[in-house]
Amino acid sequence: MSADLSYAAVIAQRAEIMKASAGLDYARYSTGAIAFDYERLLADTGYDVETAANVQIRTAVGDTPLVELVNVTELVRAVSRPGKGARIFVKDEAKNPSGSFKDRRASLSVHEAKKRGYAGVVAATSGNYGAAIASQAAKAGLRCIVVQEAFDSRGISQPEIAEKTRACEAYGAEVIRLSVGPELFYVFLRVLKDTGYFNASLYTPYSILGIETLGYELALQARERIGRFPDVVIATHAGGGNVTGTARGLRKAGAMETRMIAASVDLTGLHMASDRDFNRKSFTTGHTGFSIPFTTWPDRADVPRSAARPLRYIDRFVTVTQGEVFYITEALAALEGLERGPAGNTSLAAAFVIAQELDSDRIIVVQETEYTGAGKHPIAQLNLAKQMGIEVRGGDPRENKPGERIVIPQHPAQLTIVNVDLDHLRRSYLRNAANFLSEQPSLSPADYEFLADETRWSVDDVKEIFHEMRRKAR
Amino acid sequence: MAELVAAGAWVEISAIVLEPNRRAPHIPDDTQRVPLEMRVKGFLAAPAALGDEAEIVTPAGRKLGGILTAVNPPYSHGFGAPIPELSAIGGSVRALLRARGQTP
Repeated sequence: MSADLSYAAVIAQRAEIMKASAGLDYARYSTGAIAFDYERLLADTGYDVETAANVQIRTAVGDTPLVELVNVTELVRAVSRPGKGARIFVKDEAKNPSGSFKDRRASLSVHEAKKRGYAGVVAATSGNYGAAIASQAAKAGLRCIVVQEAFDSRGISQPEIAEKTRACEAYGAEVIRLSVGPELFYVFLRVLKDTGYFNASLYTPYSILGIETLGYELALQARERIGRFPDVVIATHAGGGNVTGTARGLRKAGAMETRMIAASVDLTGLHMASDRDFNRKSFTTGHTGFSIPFTTWPDRADVPRSAARPLRYIDRFVTVTQGEVFYITEALAALEGLERGPAGNTSLAAAFVIAQELDSDRIIVVQETEYTGAGKHPIAQLNLAKQMGIEVRGGDPRENKPGERIVIPQHPAQLTIVNVDLDHLRRSYLRNAANFLSEQPSLSPADYEFLADETRWSVDDVKEIFHEMRRKAR
Repeated sequence: MAELVAAGAWVEISAIVLEPNRRAPHIPDDTQRVPLEMRVKGFLAAPAALGDEAEIVTPAGRKLGGILTAVNPPYSHGFGAPIPELSAIGGSVRALLRARGQTP
C-alpha cells in the first residue's frame, strides 16, 4: 500500500515530521496558549557566544574584518548638511567560506546534526543559506539536500538562484529545484520524512545563536578600533534572523545603547506566491515580501516556534528601492574597491541616507556583505528585468514601481529611505495573534507577558489592543 | 529509436509534483493554473533516452525518478550586457569626491 502523498495528507503530518527532524521538543517550552519560554529554548542548546565561536572557528567561519568605508563616508558628506555624515563601517561577511554571514547560521546546525548522529541535513532555501549549509555539510561529511524555488512555469530561472544551485552542487549537495509556490514546504516535509535527516531550518535556535557571534564581534572590533561601541547597526532584514541574532550579540557584548535598524528592499505590490511575479523581482531576499510577514508573524517559519523574533529587537525599520541598492553596489566597488553582492548591500543603501541624519562623529556599522558573481549581480538582475518587460532607467528613485519600473539614481543626493511604522507592525502582530487564538476563550498572565515581550508594549497596552481586536473579529 | 544515454552520465530529470488541481489552497490564480514542477540533477542509474522515464542517483545518494530532460546540463547564468545606467555611476561618484579635494 502506498502512502497518501497528497498536499493535505503530508501537511497534516507536519508536527511529527518536525519533531523527528528538529532534535528539539518544542512542546516542552510552551508556557501558555501562545506563550513559550524563548530564552530557555535558546539557552538549553548550550551555545553561548564563546561556545558558538569555538565551533565556527574550526570551519573558518567568522572573525571577518570590520572595514571603514572612508570614501563612501566622504560621499555622504558631499551631500550632507555641515557637521553631518556619520562614519560608515562594514563587516565584510563575504570573507566567510561560502561567501556570506549565512555560514554562521549553518555552522551550529551542522555541528548539532553531526553530534546527534543524523546522516544528513535538509534546508529549504533559495539564497546564500543553501551554499552555507552545503559548505558546512561538506566539511562535516554529512549528506545535504537543498530545496529551492528556482524557476517559473516558463522555465525561466532567477539568475541569483541559478548561481546558488551551482554553488550548492559544487559543495556536493542534492538540489531540488521547484517551480513557484508555497508548496515548497510540502516538498521539504516529504524530503525530511523520506530521509530522516536533520531540519537545518533558518529559524532554529542554532541558526540564531550562530549569528550572535556577528553582533558580538563587531561590537568588540568597534570598541577596539574606535574606542566605543557603534551608535547604529544596520542589518538587511528578511526572515528576521539577521536582526535578531545580531542584536542579541550586541547586547551580550555590552553594547546596550546601540540602535538596531532593519532595512529591506521595497517590493510592495509583488505577490510572493505568484508565478508571474516571481521573475519580476530583482531581489530574492532582504525584501519586504519576507520582512513584513515574518515581522508580523514569525511563527510562519518551517519550525514549530521561530527563534527569529524581529519585533523584539528592531529599533527602526526602513525600506529602500531596488535601484538605490544597485546604485550603492556600484559606488562601493568604485570607491572602496569592494565588489559585493546586491542583497547584502541593502543595509548599505539605508546607511548612506541615515548617515546624513547623524553628526559626523557618530558610528554606523553595516553588518554584512555577501559575495558576488555570475547571476548574483546587478547586471544579471537588470538584464532579466528588461527581458521581463520591466523599464530600467536613470532618474529619481521615488518613481520606482516594483515589477514595472526600476529607477537608478544619477546622483547620491537622490537616495532616500522610507520609514516603516513599527507600531503598525505591532498591531498587525497582535491581529495575527488574535486570529491564531480565535478558539481560545481566555489568555493567561504568561500569554500577555509574552505578547508584551514580543511587541515591546506594556502588558496593559497589549491587553487593551488585543481585546479590542478580538471584539472586532467577532 | 532514440539514442540511449549511458548509465553514470550527469543528467537532469523533471517531474510533476502536484498537478494544478492538487495544489495548495489559497494560492494566486496564475500559480494555481500551472503544476508544481521539480527538477533534480544526478547520475543516471540505468541507460535511458531523453524524454523517457529514468532514475538518477543524486549527490546525496537518493534514487529519484522522472522524465530525463537533459544530459550534462550547462550552467547558463551569467551577467549579460553591461547596463548603461550602472556604467556611469563609478565615474560620477569619483568626480564628486575629486571636487571635494579627495583622491579616489
